Amino acid sequence: MPLIPGMNGDQPLEHREPQNLGMLDQRFDANIITTTLDKVFNWARRSALWPMSFGLACCAIEMMAAVASRYDIDRFGAGVYRATPRQSDLMIVAGTVTEKMGPVVKRLYDQMPDPKWVISMGACATCGGPFPTYSTMQGVDRVVPVDVYIPGCPPRPEALLHGVLRLQDRIDQMSIARRRSV
Amino acid sequence: MSLVVDRRLSLLDRLYLPGIFRGMRITLKHLFKRKFTMQYPEQRWTFPDGFRGVPALVKDQEGRVKCVACYLCQFVCPPKAITIVAGEMPGNKVEKFPAEFDINMLRCIYCGMCEEVCPEQAIFLTGTYEVAGAKRTDLIFNKARLLEIGGVRTDPIMKWAQK
Repeated sequence: MPLIPGMNGDQPLEHREPQNLGMLDQRFDANIITTTLDKVFNWARRSALWPMSFGLACCAIEMMAAVASRYDIDRFGAGVYRATPRQSDLMIVAGTVTEKMGPVVKRLYDQMPDPKWVISMGACATCGGPFPTYSTMQGVDRVVPVDVYIPGCPPRPEALLHGVLRLQDRIDQMSIARRRSV
Repeated sequence: MSLVVDRRLSLLDRLYLPGIFRGMRITLKHLFKRKFTMQYPEQRWTFPDGFRGVPALVKDQEGRVKCVACYLCQFVCPPKAITIVAGEMPGNKVEKFPAEFDINMLRCIYCGMCEEVCPEQAIFLTGTYEVAGAKRTDLIFNKARLLEIGGVRTDPIMKWAQK
Protein backbone atom coordinates (compact mmCIF):
# COMPACT_ATOMS: atom_id res chain seq x y z
CA MET A 1 0.00 0.00 0.00
CA PRO A 2 1.35 3.44 -0.82
CA LEU A 3 2.04 5.61 2.18
CA ILE A 4 0.00 8.50 0.83
CA PRO A 5 -2.89 8.06 -1.64
CA GLY A 6 -1.76 9.18 -5.05
CA MET A 7 1.94 9.22 -4.21
CA ASN A 8 2.72 6.74 -6.97
CA GLY A 9 0.99 8.76 -9.65
CA ASP A 10 -2.37 7.00 -9.77
CA GLN A 11 -4.35 10.22 -9.94
CA PRO A 12 -5.54 11.77 -13.21
CA LEU A 13 -2.65 13.97 -14.22
CA GLU A 14 -3.37 14.70 -17.88
CA HIS A 15 -4.85 18.10 -17.36
CA ARG A 16 -2.89 20.03 -19.94
CA GLU A 17 -5.23 22.62 -21.36
CA PRO A 18 -4.89 23.93 -24.91
CA GLN A 19 -2.89 27.10 -24.76
CA ASN A 20 -4.20 30.41 -25.96
CA LEU A 21 -1.82 31.27 -28.77
CA GLY A 22 -3.34 34.42 -30.24
CA MET A 23 -5.25 35.29 -33.37
CA LEU A 24 -4.07 32.54 -35.71
CA ASP A 25 -4.53 29.63 -33.40
CA GLN A 26 -7.42 27.22 -33.94
CA ARG A 27 -8.92 29.28 -36.77
CA PHE A 28 -7.84 27.32 -39.83
CA ASP A 29 -7.85 23.69 -40.80
CA ALA A 30 -4.55 21.98 -41.50
CA ASN A 31 -3.36 23.01 -44.95
CA ILE A 32 -0.08 23.86 -46.62
CA ILE A 33 0.03 27.35 -45.10
CA THR A 34 -0.68 26.37 -41.52
CA THR A 35 1.68 23.41 -41.59
CA THR A 36 4.47 25.57 -43.01
CA LEU A 37 3.75 28.21 -40.39
CA ASP A 38 3.84 25.46 -37.77
CA LYS A 39 7.38 24.62 -38.80
CA VAL A 40 8.49 28.23 -38.46
CA PHE A 41 6.66 28.80 -35.17
CA ASN A 42 7.84 25.55 -33.65
CA TRP A 43 11.41 26.23 -34.73
CA ALA A 44 11.26 29.66 -33.08
CA ARG A 45 9.61 28.38 -29.92
CA ARG A 46 11.94 25.44 -29.61
CA SER A 47 15.13 27.40 -30.18
CA ALA A 48 14.46 30.21 -27.72
CA LEU A 49 13.09 28.64 -24.57
CA TRP A 50 13.66 31.31 -22.00
CA PRO A 51 13.42 29.81 -18.55
CA MET A 52 12.39 31.67 -15.47
CA SER A 53 15.17 32.04 -12.93
CA PHE A 54 13.92 30.55 -9.75
CA GLY A 55 14.96 27.52 -7.79
CA LEU A 56 13.44 26.02 -4.71
CA ALA A 57 16.07 23.62 -3.39
CA CYS A 58 19.19 21.64 -4.23
CA CYS A 59 17.98 20.85 -7.77
CA ALA A 60 18.55 24.53 -8.49
CA ILE A 61 22.26 23.98 -7.89
CA GLU A 62 22.30 21.34 -10.64
CA MET A 63 20.26 23.71 -12.81
CA MET A 64 22.94 26.37 -12.30
CA ALA A 65 25.59 23.79 -13.22
CA ALA A 66 23.66 23.08 -16.42
CA VAL A 67 23.77 26.79 -17.26
CA ALA A 68 27.49 27.11 -16.53
CA SER A 69 30.20 26.53 -19.11
CA ARG A 70 30.73 22.79 -18.62
CA TYR A 71 27.23 21.77 -19.75
CA ASP A 72 26.11 25.09 -21.27
CA ILE A 73 22.33 24.88 -21.69
CA ASP A 74 22.66 27.90 -23.99
CA ARG A 75 23.61 25.51 -26.78
CA PHE A 76 19.93 24.61 -26.92
CA GLY A 77 18.72 28.18 -26.64
CA ALA A 78 17.40 27.65 -23.14
CA GLY A 79 19.98 29.62 -21.21
CA VAL A 80 18.53 33.11 -21.10
CA TYR A 81 17.21 33.04 -17.57
CA ARG A 82 14.69 35.82 -17.09
CA ALA A 83 14.11 37.44 -13.76
CA THR A 84 10.41 37.89 -14.42
CA PRO A 85 7.65 35.49 -15.46
CA ARG A 86 6.44 38.03 -18.02
CA GLN A 87 9.43 37.38 -20.24
CA SER A 88 9.79 33.63 -19.82
CA ASP A 89 8.46 30.64 -21.76
CA LEU A 90 9.67 27.83 -19.58
CA MET A 91 9.33 27.19 -15.89
CA ILE A 92 11.85 24.75 -14.46
CA VAL A 93 10.46 23.75 -11.07
CA ALA A 94 13.72 22.75 -9.43
CA GLY A 95 13.24 21.59 -5.89
CA THR A 96 10.82 20.82 -3.11
CA VAL A 97 7.47 22.53 -3.49
CA THR A 98 6.00 23.02 -0.06
CA GLU A 99 2.29 23.51 0.47
CA LYS A 100 3.06 27.13 1.28
CA MET A 101 5.09 27.63 -1.89
CA GLY A 102 2.46 26.00 -4.13
CA PRO A 103 0.22 29.06 -4.56
CA VAL A 104 3.28 31.17 -5.34
CA VAL A 105 4.38 28.75 -8.07
CA LYS A 106 0.83 28.80 -9.44
CA ARG A 107 0.80 32.60 -9.50
CA LEU A 108 4.16 32.74 -11.28
CA TYR A 109 2.86 30.24 -13.85
CA ASP A 110 -0.28 32.31 -14.40
CA GLN A 111 1.84 35.41 -14.98
CA MET A 112 3.79 33.78 -17.80
CA PRO A 113 2.56 34.58 -21.32
CA ASP A 114 1.34 31.76 -23.58
CA PRO A 115 2.78 29.54 -24.95
CA LYS A 116 4.41 28.27 -21.80
CA TRP A 117 5.88 25.01 -20.64
CA VAL A 118 6.82 23.48 -17.34
CA ILE A 119 9.66 21.09 -16.57
CA SER A 120 9.38 19.34 -13.25
CA MET A 121 12.94 18.64 -12.18
CA GLY A 122 13.83 16.10 -9.54
CA ALA A 123 12.02 13.74 -7.21
CA CYS A 124 10.62 16.42 -4.91
CA ALA A 125 8.99 18.55 -7.59
CA THR A 126 7.49 15.59 -9.45
CA CYS A 127 5.97 13.69 -6.54
CA GLY A 128 7.31 14.84 -3.20
CA GLY A 129 10.38 12.64 -3.33
CA PRO A 130 11.71 11.62 0.05
CA PHE A 131 9.22 13.90 1.81
CA PRO A 132 5.85 12.14 1.95
CA THR A 133 4.78 14.59 4.63
CA TYR A 134 1.99 17.04 5.37
CA SER A 135 4.02 20.10 4.48
CA THR A 136 5.31 18.99 1.08
CA MET A 137 3.19 19.11 -2.02
CA GLN A 138 3.11 15.61 -3.52
CA GLY A 139 3.97 16.80 -7.00
CA VAL A 140 3.93 20.24 -8.56
CA ASP A 141 1.41 18.92 -11.12
CA ARG A 142 -1.24 19.48 -8.48
CA VAL A 143 -1.00 23.21 -9.25
CA VAL A 144 0.56 23.59 -12.72
CA PRO A 145 0.44 21.32 -15.79
CA VAL A 146 3.80 19.66 -16.32
CA ASP A 147 5.21 18.83 -19.76
CA VAL A 148 8.34 16.91 -18.89
CA TYR A 149 9.23 15.08 -15.69
CA ILE A 150 12.89 14.53 -14.90
CA PRO A 151 13.66 11.96 -12.21
CA GLY A 152 16.75 12.19 -10.04
CA CYS A 153 17.71 13.47 -6.64
CA PRO A 154 18.98 15.84 -7.90
CA PRO A 155 19.15 15.01 -11.62
CA ARG A 156 22.53 15.41 -13.26
CA PRO A 157 22.91 18.49 -15.49
CA GLU A 158 22.88 16.09 -18.45
CA ALA A 159 19.52 14.78 -17.28
CA LEU A 160 18.17 18.32 -17.32
CA LEU A 161 19.57 18.85 -20.81
CA HIS A 162 17.92 15.57 -21.81
CA GLY A 163 14.65 16.87 -20.42
CA VAL A 164 14.99 20.11 -22.36
CA LEU A 165 15.60 18.10 -25.54
CA ARG A 166 12.49 16.00 -24.84
CA LEU A 167 10.51 19.20 -24.35
CA GLN A 168 11.80 20.50 -27.68
CA ASP A 169 10.54 17.28 -29.27
CA ARG A 170 7.14 17.95 -27.74
CA ILE A 171 7.11 21.55 -28.97
CA ASP A 172 7.75 20.22 -32.48
CA GLN A 173 4.40 18.41 -32.27
CA MET A 174 2.46 21.65 -31.72
CA SER A 175 0.15 22.98 -34.40
CA ILE A 176 -1.89 26.13 -34.92
CA ALA A 177 -4.39 24.25 -37.06
CA ARG A 178 -7.84 23.50 -35.73
CA ARG A 179 -7.83 20.32 -33.72
CA ARG A 180 -10.22 17.60 -34.77
CA SER A 181 -12.68 16.86 -32.01
CA VAL A 182 -12.06 13.34 -30.78
CA MET B 1 32.59 64.18 10.26
CA SER B 2 32.74 63.24 6.63
CA LEU B 3 35.67 62.55 4.40
CA VAL B 4 35.29 63.91 0.90
CA VAL B 5 37.01 61.73 -1.73
CA ASP B 6 37.67 63.18 -5.14
CA ARG B 7 36.15 60.61 -7.53
CA ARG B 8 36.50 62.56 -10.78
CA LEU B 9 37.68 60.29 -13.60
CA SER B 10 40.79 61.02 -15.59
CA LEU B 11 40.59 61.53 -19.34
CA LEU B 12 41.76 57.95 -19.98
CA ASP B 13 39.07 56.59 -17.71
CA ARG B 14 36.44 58.75 -19.30
CA LEU B 15 37.28 57.38 -22.74
CA TYR B 16 36.37 53.85 -21.50
CA LEU B 17 38.52 52.44 -24.30
CA PRO B 18 41.37 51.08 -22.16
CA GLY B 19 38.83 49.23 -20.03
CA ILE B 20 37.12 47.78 -23.06
CA PHE B 21 40.43 46.62 -24.52
CA ARG B 22 41.42 45.03 -21.23
CA GLY B 23 38.16 43.10 -21.24
CA MET B 24 38.44 42.11 -24.87
CA ARG B 25 41.96 40.82 -24.25
CA ILE B 26 40.61 38.38 -21.69
CA THR B 27 37.85 37.32 -24.10
CA LEU B 28 40.43 36.78 -26.84
CA LYS B 29 42.63 34.76 -24.49
CA HIS B 30 39.74 32.41 -23.71
CA LEU B 31 39.01 32.00 -27.39
CA PHE B 32 42.26 30.07 -27.85
CA LYS B 33 42.14 28.10 -24.61
CA ARG B 34 41.04 24.47 -24.35
CA LYS B 35 37.27 24.19 -24.85
CA PHE B 36 35.62 23.40 -21.55
CA THR B 37 32.07 22.64 -22.68
CA MET B 38 31.02 19.01 -22.99
CA GLN B 39 28.98 18.62 -26.18
CA TYR B 40 26.38 16.63 -24.29
CA PRO B 41 24.15 14.58 -26.57
CA GLU B 42 27.11 13.56 -28.73
CA GLN B 43 29.75 13.47 -26.03
CA ARG B 44 29.15 11.59 -22.78
CA TRP B 45 30.79 11.58 -19.41
CA THR B 46 32.43 8.31 -18.38
CA PHE B 47 31.18 7.51 -14.92
CA PRO B 48 33.19 5.81 -12.19
CA ASP B 49 32.14 2.34 -11.01
CA GLY B 50 30.33 3.68 -7.99
CA PHE B 51 27.98 5.86 -10.00
CA ARG B 52 24.39 5.50 -8.89
CA GLY B 53 21.87 5.67 -11.70
CA VAL B 54 18.57 3.93 -12.23
CA PRO B 55 18.08 0.85 -10.01
CA ALA B 56 17.32 -2.35 -11.90
CA LEU B 57 16.71 -6.04 -11.29
CA VAL B 58 19.13 -8.62 -12.66
CA LYS B 59 18.91 -12.20 -13.84
CA ASP B 60 21.56 -14.87 -13.30
CA GLN B 61 23.28 -16.74 -16.12
CA GLU B 62 20.45 -19.30 -16.26
CA GLY B 63 17.86 -16.61 -16.81
CA ARG B 64 16.33 -16.71 -13.33
CA VAL B 65 15.17 -13.57 -11.63
CA LYS B 66 17.43 -13.36 -8.63
CA CYS B 67 14.97 -11.43 -6.48
CA VAL B 68 13.18 -13.59 -3.88
CA ALA B 69 10.68 -10.92 -2.80
CA CYS B 70 12.00 -10.57 0.74
CA TYR B 71 10.72 -6.99 0.89
CA LEU B 72 13.94 -5.70 2.45
CA CYS B 73 14.46 -3.10 -0.28
CA GLN B 74 10.85 -2.00 -0.06
CA PHE B 75 11.25 -1.66 3.70
CA VAL B 76 14.55 0.21 3.61
CA CYS B 77 13.73 2.52 0.69
CA PRO B 78 13.72 6.03 2.20
CA PRO B 79 11.18 7.59 -0.20
CA LYS B 80 9.12 4.35 -0.46
CA ALA B 81 9.57 4.07 -4.21
CA ILE B 82 9.55 0.25 -4.39
CA THR B 83 6.35 -1.80 -4.43
CA ILE B 84 6.63 -5.60 -4.44
CA VAL B 85 3.92 -8.23 -4.74
CA ALA B 86 5.30 -11.67 -3.85
CA GLY B 87 4.29 -14.86 -5.59
CA GLU B 88 5.36 -18.49 -5.77
CA MET B 89 8.20 -19.26 -8.10
CA PRO B 90 7.03 -21.40 -11.00
CA GLY B 91 8.58 -24.89 -10.79
CA ASN B 92 10.21 -24.24 -7.44
CA LYS B 93 8.28 -24.41 -4.19
CA VAL B 94 11.17 -23.29 -2.00
CA GLU B 95 11.68 -19.65 -2.83
CA LYS B 96 9.40 -16.69 -3.18
CA PHE B 97 9.41 -14.73 -6.36
CA PRO B 98 8.33 -11.18 -7.22
CA ALA B 99 5.05 -11.45 -9.08
CA GLU B 100 5.17 -7.69 -9.46
CA PHE B 101 8.06 -5.36 -8.80
CA ASP B 102 7.50 -1.68 -9.45
CA ILE B 103 9.94 1.14 -8.86
CA ASN B 104 8.62 4.66 -9.12
CA MET B 105 11.61 6.34 -10.72
CA LEU B 106 10.25 9.77 -9.95
CA ARG B 107 10.21 9.06 -6.24
CA CYS B 108 13.49 7.16 -6.25
CA ILE B 109 16.39 9.20 -4.91
CA TYR B 110 19.12 6.87 -6.23
CA CYS B 111 20.63 6.39 -2.77
CA GLY B 112 21.62 2.76 -3.38
CA MET B 113 20.22 1.45 -0.11
CA CYS B 114 18.25 -1.24 -1.97
CA GLU B 115 21.45 -2.52 -3.52
CA GLU B 116 23.20 -2.40 -0.17
CA VAL B 117 20.49 -4.25 1.73
CA CYS B 118 19.71 -6.92 -0.88
CA PRO B 119 20.74 -10.37 0.46
CA GLU B 120 20.45 -11.97 -2.99
CA GLN B 121 22.38 -9.35 -4.97
CA ALA B 122 19.35 -9.01 -7.18
CA ILE B 123 19.04 -5.23 -7.48
CA PHE B 124 21.76 -2.93 -8.72
CA LEU B 125 22.10 0.71 -9.52
CA THR B 126 23.00 0.98 -13.18
CA GLY B 127 24.71 3.76 -15.12
CA THR B 128 21.50 4.92 -16.78
CA TYR B 129 20.34 8.39 -15.83
CA GLU B 130 18.53 9.74 -18.88
CA VAL B 131 14.94 8.91 -18.10
CA ALA B 132 12.49 11.72 -18.70
CA GLY B 133 8.82 11.32 -19.41
CA ALA B 134 5.72 13.26 -20.24
CA LYS B 135 3.53 11.40 -17.76
CA ARG B 136 4.10 10.30 -14.22
CA THR B 137 2.78 6.83 -14.97
CA ASP B 138 5.42 6.45 -17.71
CA LEU B 139 8.12 6.57 -15.09
CA ILE B 140 6.84 3.79 -12.86
CA PHE B 141 8.98 0.93 -14.15
CA ASN B 142 7.53 -2.57 -13.88
CA LYS B 143 9.42 -5.84 -13.49
CA ALA B 144 9.90 -6.46 -17.21
CA ARG B 145 11.32 -2.98 -17.74
CA LEU B 146 13.63 -3.26 -14.74
CA LEU B 147 14.94 -6.65 -15.87
CA GLU B 148 15.55 -5.23 -19.32
CA ILE B 149 17.66 -2.43 -17.88
CA GLY B 150 19.46 -4.71 -15.41
CA GLY B 151 20.42 -7.50 -17.79
CA VAL B 152 22.37 -10.54 -16.68
CA ARG B 153 24.93 -10.79 -13.87
CA THR B 154 26.86 -13.98 -13.33
CA ASP B 155 26.07 -15.66 -10.02
CA PRO B 156 29.04 -17.68 -8.69
CA ILE B 157 27.07 -19.46 -5.93
CA MET B 158 24.05 -20.85 -7.80
CA LYS B 159 22.18 -21.96 -4.71
CA TRP B 160 19.28 -22.98 -6.95
CA ALA B 161 21.19 -26.04 -8.12
CA GLN B 162 20.82 -27.81 -4.75
CA LYS B 163 17.16 -27.01 -4.30
